[in-house]
Amino acid sequence: MIPGSYFLVLSFVLFALGVAAFFIKRDLITMFMAVEVMLNSANLAFLTFAKSSSALDGQVIVFFVITVAAAEAAVGLAIVLVVFRQKKSIRCDDLDLMKG
Amino acid sequence: MIVSKDRASSVLFLVLAFAALGGVFGLLDAPFVAAVQVLVYAGAIMVLFIFVIMMVDRRNDREPKKKNLASIFAGILAVGLLIELLLAAREMVPGMGNAGPAGSADTAGLGSLLFEKYLYHLEIASILILAALMGAISLARKGTMPK
Amino acid sequence: MTEVFWVAPFIPGLSALVLFLFGRLFSRKWIAAQACLSVLASFSISLLAFLGLLAAGKGAAPVVRGLFSWIVSGSFEARAAFSFDPLAAIMSLVVTGVGFLIHLYSVGYMSEDRSLARFFGFLNLFTFFMLVLVLASNVILMFVGWEGVGLCSYLLIGFWFEKPSAAAASKKAFLVNRIGDAAFLFGTFLVLATVGSGEFRELAASVTGGGFPAGIATLAAVLFFIGATAKSAQVPLHVWLPDAMEGPTPVSALIHAATMVTAGVYMICRMSPLFAFSETASLVVALTGAVTAVFAATMALTENDIKRVLAYSTISQIGYMFIGCGVGAYSAGMFHLFAHAFFKSLLFLAAGSVIHALAGEQDLRKMGGLRRRLPRTFPPFLVGAAAIAGLPFFSGFFSKDAILSQAFAQHLYIVWIIGLATAVLTAFYVFRLVFLVFYGRYRMHLETWSRIRESPLIMTVPLAVLAFFAVAAGYIGLPAVLGAKANLFGRFLSPVFTNVPGSVPGPGTEWILMLLSVGAAFMGVAAAYILYVKNPLAPLVLISKLPVLYSVVNRKYYVDEAYEAVFVRPLVRGGEIILEHFDRRILDGVLNGATAATGVTGNRVGLLQTGLIKEYALAFLIGAVLFIGFLLI
Repeated sequence: MIPGSYFLVLSFVLFALGVAAFFIKRDLITMFMAVEVMLNSANLAFLTFAKSSSALDGQVIVFFVITVAAAEAAVGLAIVLVVFRQKKSIRCDDLDLMKG
Repeated sequence: MIVSKDRASSVLFLVLAFAALGGVFGLLDAPFVAAVQVLVYAGAIMVLFIFVIMMVDRRNDREPKKKNLASIFAGILAVGLLIELLLAAREMVPGMGNAGPAGSADTAGLGSLLFEKYLYHLEIASILILAALMGAISLARKGTMPK
Repeated sequence: MTEVFWVAPFIPGLSALVLFLFGRLFSRKWIAAQACLSVLASFSISLLAFLGLLAAGKGAAPVVRGLFSWIVSGSFEARAAFSFDPLAAIMSLVVTGVGFLIHLYSVGYMSEDRSLARFFGFLNLFTFFMLVLVLASNVILMFVGWEGVGLCSYLLIGFWFEKPSAAAASKKAFLVNRIGDAAFLFGTFLVLATVGSGEFRELAASVTGGGFPAGIATLAAVLFFIGATAKSAQVPLHVWLPDAMEGPTPVSALIHAATMVTAGVYMICRMSPLFAFSETASLVVALTGAVTAVFAATMALTENDIKRVLAYSTISQIGYMFIGCGVGAYSAGMFHLFAHAFFKSLLFLAAGSVIHALAGEQDLRKMGGLRRRLPRTFPPFLVGAAAIAGLPFFSGFFSKDAILSQAFAQHLYIVWIIGLATAVLTAFYVFRLVFLVFYGRYRMHLETWSRIRESPLIMTVPLAVLAFFAVAAGYIGLPAVLGAKANLFGRFLSPVFTNVPGSVPGPGTEWILMLLSVGAAFMGVAAAYILYVKNPLAPLVLISKLPVLYSVVNRKYYVDEAYEAVFVRPLVRGGEIILEHFDRRILDGVLNGATAATGVTGNRVGLLQTGLIKEYALAFLIGAVLFIGFLLI
């Protein structure tokens, strides 16, 4: 019914939006959300290909990606909390401890 | 999500987006994954985000009005990336068939695949979740271990 | 039996290696035993090979043993091959026999030194290289031995390297030798280019067969002779040998009396076809030998250090050997080498015994009357002195006479006269030595006199053995007037020196010449007796009458000073200039510049690392866009 290519285009658009959001926004948490968006676009692409090649392996991959993204989100947000406690700010321009 | 000015609205819009994606996954003959997406992503991960947003200072919530050069540049690059990707996919497009309910949703098959071919990956992923759990707790905890 | 001869170098060589690597773990007794026994083994092998050669008779071809092919380049091949013929037999017997006695002596002389393993390791290494030199069947392998003995000489002269004078002396020896080595190499190149191979057999064949142009032959021979001049300390490259006396006395005896310095003579004998072919070269050899003989003898007259007198004596006596080779009397030259090995090393070891007994004193003016206190050292010393002076019935008489009568017979009267005059001087200075050391009154304090002890047996027994040979060695080379069959030595060597002009003086002339030699010897002894026993103040009177002459001779004719001014100082100054301008300015500048450039670049690049996440991500994005774009195109 719906051609597979539509899904692929949607995936690309989502990815580009995620990239743009990453660079436009200032605070860490929103940047993190942009990363999640990018991950999801990748998931969509995987599923599209799984369908087109009639292999269920793509879905397995998506399963794992979601798992890892969850873990990463947990740890990443914990780090954000610690950073906030130290520097009282979550604007990424203020975080330049690694300079030089 | 991108355009909204404060973080809380962004999060809520993102939840909506993920739910929609879950529906899209369903269209792609992946009901199990769709369910997982809604449960885990939209349900758990976004809740985490909301918690952290609530704990973080809300003083600098508004985005400054001025746009700087880097953002515009990045935006242009993102558009460029999109164009490139579309160009790359052009030759692939004819090869893709139609999506739709023509194919059967085979959750049992997915399960057997997961537990046979990808057993190791599954186990490692579970350990990974455990590690992330412990890491997040120890990182975000205030103060030292109770004596 | 002769076939085993090639093993001889490797036993001391192996012993040297073991001593260098593990010497610190061995006891002193073991080190001494190992070193001496390895040389003894070499001697036994040489002896066996020699006997086999005797048994094989006159017409036997030399035994050749090839080990491996060393340099292969196109059609040219240099093999590591040894050959054993009468000439090599005599040299290897001398090297290992005298070497063994000196090793024994060293056990006593060096008994208090703390680096015994190093010393005996070097001695063994020297024996190895000398044997390689002697047994080599081609000029390239001989050069390996040639360089190797030069190296060992450097190591042993500077054995007590903490002493600045010893270190300087060893450097001087090596550098002067280098000049000779360069000449040797050029000569080698000429030979290789003309003959196509370095084998001595092929060289001889090429020369006698007429395939060797005369001009190149002369040039090559002269170049080789320059090499011999440096190695054997002839004028003008003699300056290193007196300084080489800084080394331990056994070293002076072995290397700078019996063996290494005679390598030049051996080399010329080995290449006798080439030298015989070129009359010019032979003349150069003879004249240089003559000049050196008399020149060195005069310097020995005024020297006050016991070892240095013997050093000049060595230079002078090797001059005799070169005279022998230069006039075509190669076997006479070798005969003198043979006898000289015995009596010169005897004199050195006996002098060492005196020095050892006096706890290090070497100045003649501080000795005297020692014949009562050193009863086992004095008689051998006297025997050695008689031999070198050419007194009849001692070996030196027979060997010197053989050379001089040949020179006379070749109508080279100048050479003969110089040789005779040198004989007078030789007798004089060696008996001056005898009288100053052993006769008269002791010229030092009474306390030191009572502390003088004779040297241990392990030192004095080799002296006795050498003294015996210093007498007996003469009798295997009796002159022709006493019967044509009497010259065993010459007959043994005759297969080696085939196309040598052998004009023999008539019997009457021979007797007259012998009488003149004897007369010369006695004249010298008598003069020494008068000046140093009967009339001890006479030398001082003479010196005061001729102050200028005395100081010129005493200062060795200022040769060292001349070399210093003409060669050494300009070179050193040139080196300093290069150091300043090239080394410091250019090289160091480049290095420092490169370092600074790297540092500055690093700092500039470091500015990229701002620590901001967005900037890093931007870099990512740019890279990704470019990369995918690249793939698309």
